[in-house]
Amino acid sequence: MPSLLILIPLFGVIILNLFFAASPRAKKYAFWAAFCLFILQMLVAIFHHPAFWNNSLDRVDAFFNASFLIDHLSFVMFLCIGMVSIASLFVARYTMSDDTGMFKFINLLIIASLGMTGIVMVKDVFSLYVFMEITAVASFLLIAFPRTLDSLEGSFKYLMLSAVATVLMLTSIGILLIVSGSTSFSAIANGIAESRNSSLITFAIGLFMCGLFIKGGLMPFHGWLPDAYSAAPAPVSVLLAGVVTKAAGIYTMIRIVTSLFPFDTAINGVLMLIGTISIFAGALTAIAQNNFKRMLAYSSISQVGYIILGLGAGTGLGIAGAVFHLFNHSVFKSLLFVNSSAVEKETGTCDMDKMGGLAQKMPVTGATSVIAMLSACGVPPLAGFWSKIMIVIALWQASHHGYAVAAVLASIITLAYFLSLQRRVFFGKLRAGFEGLKEANKTVVTVSIALAVITIGAGVFFPIIFYALILPVKEILLR
Amino acid sequence: MNMNIDVMLLVLIILGALWTVMGRSLLKATIALAVTSALVSLVIFRLNSPLAAVFELSVCAGLITAIFVSAISMMRPLTHQEVLAISKARVKRYRYLPVVLVIIGIALILMKARQDFMIMPPPPFSTDVRSLLWNLRRLDLIGQVVILIAGALGIVILFEEKKQNDK
Repeated sequence: MPSLLILIPLFGVIILNLFFAASPRAKKYAFWAAFCLFILQMLVAIFHHPAFWNNSLDRVDAFFNASFLIDHLSFVMFLCIGMVSIASLFVARYTMSDDTGMFKFINLLIIASLGMTGIVMVKDVFSLYVFMEITAVASFLLIAFPRTLDSLEGSFKYLMLSAVATVLMLTSIGILLIVSGSTSFSAIANGIAESRNSSLITFAIGLFMCGLFIKGGLMPFHGWLPDAYSAAPAPVSVLLAGVVTKAAGIYTMIRIVTSLFPFDTAINGVLMLIGTISIFAGALTAIAQNNFKRMLAYSSISQVGYIILGLGAGTGLGIAGAVFHLFNHSVFKSLLFVNSSAVEKETGTCDMDKMGGLAQKMPVTGATSVIAMLSACGVPPLAGFWSKIMIVIALWQASHHGYAVAAVLASIITLAYFLSLQRRVFFGKLRAGFEGLKEANKTVVTVSIALAVITIGAGVFFPIIFYALILPVKEILLR
Repeated sequence: MNMNIDVMLLVLIILGALWTVMGRSLLKATIALAVTSALVSLVIFRLNSPLAAVFELSVCAGLITAIFVSAISMMRPLTHQEVLAISKARVKRYRYLPVVLVIIGIALILMKARQDFMIMPPPPFSTDVRSLLWNLRRLDLIGQVVILIAGALGIVILFEEKKQNDK
């Protein structure tokens, strides 16, 4: 039945465009269809009932002729994809006034979500590449959606660097196919195990990882990310920062290094090094930014560095911490981008030098942004604290004491740039000209509150989430 | 002899690709791209994959060239000065490319690629490309369909908006 998660959105998009595109209520139908789809995806991930995941639909599955790899890591990703897609959908409803544009936007959103769902389900590197391309094509179009010079430039940069990543990964897949005779995960793992010290395989692994570093926007492969995040329309920024880079870059990295490549000290060393560079370089660059969305973009690079650092620890706890931080980052970064969209829509600017004291007029946006910020900085008892502490403990237990200390110190820089953001945007004296400013509408306020509740809830009820959702993730190491 | 033909084809492919990116006019670049694709299809043919070679020749060298040429025919041709300026800037930007290529080539020759890996046998399946595509890679084909839908949506979004802006 998992194949339904690909078939339903595919036929949904076809039916929407064939039968409802000309209807005056097309936007409404598309909105609720997408909403139901994402809710369904979240429900099957949260309850992961065997009746859905293990039962096969004979004719449908025979048509697909493909089996899927679904485990607890997939469930976390399904949850992130559904949650962030809903947030993006509601932000689009708030920011987009053009009904026809909104209909097309929703279609692309469903396709991007379908692509990410496919990435999370497949167990074949070529199929993985195909679904990455679906996500990438939908993302290019979503970034370019407003057709402004900035958005086209951001989309073009993403397109170019994504093409480089694709070339690197396809070359790697070609080499791995020669060595293993097939593109399935298990065959490649066997092929690599048979030729452990081959320089050609090392070369292929390096190429694949470089491609994924580009897709994940890690330093020094991050060139596209700040432009794409800041130039994209608000709902697309939410989607990109919340889940696209996570599914296409980070999830794939976790899956590939644990299921295919030898998860050894060399790979762990590379991951920890790149992770640490990203954490510090991203955080230090974020401090210097004046644009709200650009600062959040660099903050994303820094936070993704934590995920890669946790993965690099190479232990079950490290992977569980990395995946929990991935989930937390999806939530709090989506929340911050939802806040930025509210601020941008109401003030008409993203320049932080032109803002100040907005919390007086936008109390919910201000308060929820503080919650997201505190979670990002790792302040207890919010969810970000638990994921960061898991990563630090995992690094310490694996005797990577230097990296553990670096991870803690970097949190101080995170706090510094987020405090600067809060002071310049939400606190202090209200800027002249903003006296008539209003809080964002109910749609966005509801999304902000929901994401803030998840951030607080995942922190306060950490033990429940830890044992039900996060700890089982480390089983991927036993495969 | 066979080896010489392969090397010659690879050199020609590189030259074709360089001509494509360094060419002065878009039309010539398109023709160069078609030539490169035709050479690639020859290599694929020599690798005993005639169906893939036909795909490469018909789609990449044929269909895509036709689409590019029809798009270029709708554009304003550049003046001679503009072409010269673009050409000059391009040569300046890529002047280190041949040097890098030569250095990589020398490094690869010096390293002498070692075969320090085992080649695992492929799983037993039909070698017929049609059977491979339709029976074994059906999920990927569905993925391709989704990419086509996304592409069609993209064209509608980008060009419809353009029309509205023009008005």
